Amino acid sequence: MPTAQSSLPVLPPMGSRAPDITFKWAAFAAALAILALIALVGFELYHGARLSIAKFGPGFLVSSEWDPVSDRYGALPFIFGTLVSSVLALLLAVPLGVAAALFLTELAPFRIRQPIVTVIEMLASVPSVIFGLWGIFVLVPWLRDHLFVWLKHTLGFLPLFQGPIYGVSMLAGGIIVAIMILPIVTSISREILRSVPGLQREAAYALGATRWEVIRIAVLSYARRGLFGAAVLGLGRALGETMAVTMVIGNRPEISASLFAPGYTLASVIANEFTEATSDLYLNALFELGLVLFAVTILINIAAQMMLRSMGSGGVSKVH
Amino acid sequence: MTGLLFACAAAVMAPLFLVLYFLLKEGASSIDWNFLTKLPKPTGESGGGMANAIVGTLTLLGMAAVMGVPVGIMGGIYLAEYGSDRGNSWIRFAADVLNGVPSIVWGMVVYLMLVVPFKTFSAYAGGVALGLMMIPLVMRTTEEVLVLVPQSYREAALALGISRWKVIVVIVLRTALKGVVTGVLIALARVAGETAPLLFTALGNNFWNRNLAEPISALPLQIFSYAISPYDDWHRQAWAGALVLMGMILGLNIIVRILSNWRNNG
Repeated sequence: MPTAQSSLPVLPPMGSRAPDITFKWAAFAAALAILALIALVGFELYHGARLSIAKFGPGFLVSSEWDPVSDRYGALPFIFGTLVSSVLALLLAVPLGVAAALFLTELAPFRIRQPIVTVIEMLASVPSVIFGLWGIFVLVPWLRDHLFVWLKHTLGFLPLFQGPIYGVSMLAGGIIVAIMILPIVTSISREILRSVPGLQREAAYALGATRWEVIRIAVLSYARRGLFGAAVLGLGRALGETMAVTMVIGNRPEISASLFAPGYTLASVIANEFTEATSDLYLNALFELGLVLFAVTILINIAAQMMLRSMGSGGVSKVH
Repeated sequence: MTGLLFACAAAVMAPLFLVLYFLLKEGASSIDWNFLTKLPKPTGESGGGMANAIVGTLTLLGMAAVMGVPVGIMGGIYLAEYGSDRGNSWIRFAADVLNGVPSIVWGMVVYLMLVVPFKTFSAYAGGVALGLMMIPLVMRTTEEVLVLVPQSYREAALALGISRWKVIVVIVLRTALKGVVTGVLIALARVAGETAPLLFTALGNNFWNRNLAEPISALPLQIFSYAISPYDDWHRQAWAGALVLMGMILGLNIIVRILSNWRNNG
């Protein structure tokens, strides 16, 4: 027999907050997954490296021995190679990227700004392995036959540009990484420069500054910290760049003063030797290299994000 | 001064054109029916193709999406709809930091999580590695488009007595759907060319993958191993594979552009 209640409009039954609460917690769990992932990566790498950490201790970081035959490992040549190739990349990419960003925000006619930005975004989408392929067959032969010969001829008195030229080299690695971090350095610099208030520029013009003086005094000095943040973010990307570098840097664990000599980076040695690691200690040593790489890139990225966020309105909001 | 800055901007753009030029010049002539439909030939024999790698890349992307998209979107919903400003800014910060973790590190971590316990390289492991990389990307873009949905939509729906989660799914997410899809496609384009996380997870395979618990081939892996090989015929195929991969990524980017124009105008 139907009761009076069943003919009422359907009201949500009691306890209908359950799906609401479930949904909220699911969303919360997903957001928290980010923090969990960082912890997980650190823990797993540490776990994977424990034999090597126990055996070599802190000496691992300063030893330049890398000898799978006698099972002795040290990270120094890889740390050296990673730093040198990344610093080279920054030296090339930051001035170029900031200059391009200045052109885009201050000088370029409005009609060509968006097309240039699109081209730079497309450059960012080229996979590392394709840059590597291009590096092996186009860039490295050209460097070997032209640029390096010229550098050796004109700047050969510097130890940086001495020794035999193979093509594959620290310098080739630095150049390919520079190309790969150019888009991110340029696009973040552009956002930083765009966040410089127009009033800054107008004030400088009002004082009779020329266009170049306005850029130097009003724009660049105002944006200094943010541009530094962009460079640091680029450094973070450069340190972890793997495939393209592996394909052009020569992969030899040596520490040489010459930029023409082959080098090896943390990421490339992992990429090359991981599946060939014959002993547990060898694999653990590679994991310890990964841990070093992870720790350094996390710290660099934290620093970069803090610098970018301190720039005005919450800093750079776009995802890179 | 203007000339110098213009030269710098041109120098930033030049590598894209150089890479595309050589991809077309070296790769286009090698893409034929065989390349797209045949398996790789054994070492030393010329001919063969990358059909399995093309299918492998699509499979891996599908698995990565299954893993990364729900978590990313839910996380984005949390950041946009729930949570305190302070807590959310920490999560956002962590997501941006996580974005900077080198991709090879993901490969190592997934190797320990899925390859070591199951004692085999697998398509699953490769998909998970790419999926994990997608999470922070999808999360941040989802959040960005959800906060653009006018607050009045939410208030109107809540005032009708619709429960919060339904408001979010049916009203907010629906309104921002194109933006969310755009974010997912951007993330897919980003991971499609990743090689490093697949080296010790998907591993690569010269045959068709018939079981996702076994190694699978992928275009970036195949390009890498052919590029560093000593054979001219494999170099030729590496260029062709790179052209196909680049075409897929540019295609995704063009869809993204069409979608976002459509969103801005419609």
